[in-house]
Amino acid sequence: MRRERPNERGLRRDAVRERFTLLGLASPALLLVCVTMAVPVAWLFWLSFFSDTGSLSLENYRRLIEQPSYARIFATTFEISLMTTAICIMLGYPLAYFLSQLPRRAANLCMIAVLLPLWTSLLVRTYAWLVLLQRGGLINKWGMALGLWEKPLALVYNFNGTLVGMVHIMLPFLVLPVYGTMRSIDRDYLRAAANLGASATRAFWQVFFPLSLPGLSAGALIVFILCLGFYVTPAVLGGGKVIMVSNSIATNIELFFNWGASSALGVVLLVLTLLILYGASRIVRFERIFGGGHGS
Amino acid sequence: MSWLTRPCTETQITHGARLWLYALAILIMVFLVVPTLIVIPMSFSDSQYLEFPPRHWSMRWYEAYFNSVAWMQATATSFKCAFATVLVATPLGTLAAYGLSLSRMRLARLAFVMLITPLIVPIILIGIGVFYAYVKLKLINTLLGIVLAHSMLALPLVLMVVASALKSYDASQEMVARSLGASRFRAFISVTLPQIRFAVITGAALAFLTSFDEVIVAMFVSGGDNSTLTRNMFNALRDQIDPTIAAISTIMILVTSTLLALSQLFGKSRPG
Repeated sequence: MRRERPNERGLRRDAVRERFTLLGLASPALLLVCVTMAVPVAWLFWLSFFSDTGSLSLENYRRLIEQPSYARIFATTFEISLMTTAICIMLGYPLAYFLSQLPRRAANLCMIAVLLPLWTSLLVRTYAWLVLLQRGGLINKWGMALGLWEKPLALVYNFNGTLVGMVHIMLPFLVLPVYGTMRSIDRDYLRAAANLGASATRAFWQVFFPLSLPGLSAGALIVFILCLGFYVTPAVLGGGKVIMVSNSIATNIELFFNWGASSALGVVLLVLTLLILYGASRIVRFERIFGGGHGS
Repeated sequence: MSWLTRPCTETQITHGARLWLYALAILIMVFLVVPTLIVIPMSFSDSQYLEFPPRHWSMRWYEAYFNSVAWMQATATSFKCAFATVLVATPLGTLAAYGLSLSRMRLARLAFVMLITPLIVPIILIGIGVFYAYVKLKLINTLLGIVLAHSMLALPLVLMVVASALKSYDASQEMVARSLGASRFRAFISVTLPQIRFAVITGAALAFLTSFDEVIVAMFVSGGDNSTLTRNMFNALRDQIDPTIAAISTIMILVTSTLLALSQLFGKSRPG
């Protein structure tokens, strides 16, 4: 029979108390998040079940299904998010690959090109695209000077303008995780593949590419999720023609004071986001996306 | 050209065969950098319209900005908000990261997820939620209200940066200090904090930028005398494209790059 040492119980009690004290250190932060986010969002959730007349109903959700304008808004949101993600992959993967092949010092220098836009205000960059793409803007002027097109093209205040702006804003979010994963790939695998007779192309697709996939899927997921909630860029570069879910939520509040409709839209957007994250969590490890919790 | 025929990978691809990759990568980097910086030369233009390259240089848009009471007030509000957000979010986030990293409870994992949800919840939903709550709490158009909301948005960033630094930190060092008679607070300040200070500084810089660049929550809950720079810029953008915005953008880029340079500078002094 195992005998308890005299102070074992006391030690265990101290350990438990220590753990609770440590957990308590997070309470001010938790309180802040509760007051400014959890409670307000829960409140909106509650509001979404009340109709305009103030009675409990599913009217707000029925309207989302029945009115074709809402279906169009969701379709636009998904279309633009998917296209942004796809273009970011096409541009970001080669760039990350290029950076991962450079010597550390040169790569860190080139990394400024990725970090500078990331640190610059989203509003400033959206404004810059507005300036570049407008009718008398730089792109139109140079395009016409080079004889690529005759009359000024409508490059902004439409779907394409919004897409360009969003790709520019989201690209660093894809490059960073992909680059990190590529850097950690052991180059000896490639050497081994070459040694065993694989061509350079085959070694890339059968060895390097699969090993870089965790970073790519994490990056693509971040980009897609962040795109779903975009507001500023479509509002400025879309010129009222590109209405994403967030824009519709804001309009419902600002113009119609329709809390029920806005809340229902917001709840659906949140649920969709969470479903996508949940689905993806079975493929992508969350630690890779959010930098990881604690060591244990 | 021997450089072109020299193999540069483990699979013996030559630089020459890779020129397409270099060209593509440089084009993508130009795509990333040029639109970020193009507003700088444009802001020094003399013209009413935004042109590049400017035909005549002048400082008139900067004069317009510095002479405008509304823009100056908004700038002051933005700086005040950003500094206050740093002062709230950095200690709260560091404290939470420290507690949650060392407490090996299931509950800690849950609390961590809870604290990073502001990153996942669509910002517009947070915006209208905070608006609704602040109307009830009478915090609309107050500095306190916007600082609390921005601190909540910045918390997850501080938390993540500090928590990842604490991963490589050996907590038994603090135990040693405490067994030698230091209080928990003293042990944290003199043993733990110096080792994670780079992460804390990075977290503080991220908190500053989160508040300084934030548009959507500010749009709903800041206004009147306490409306932020980004809120006024966003409203101006919806009406007309004034070159004053280019001047303000240039100043914002300057603030950001100064901050980036500073945090890199402190990064150099990281031990190890």
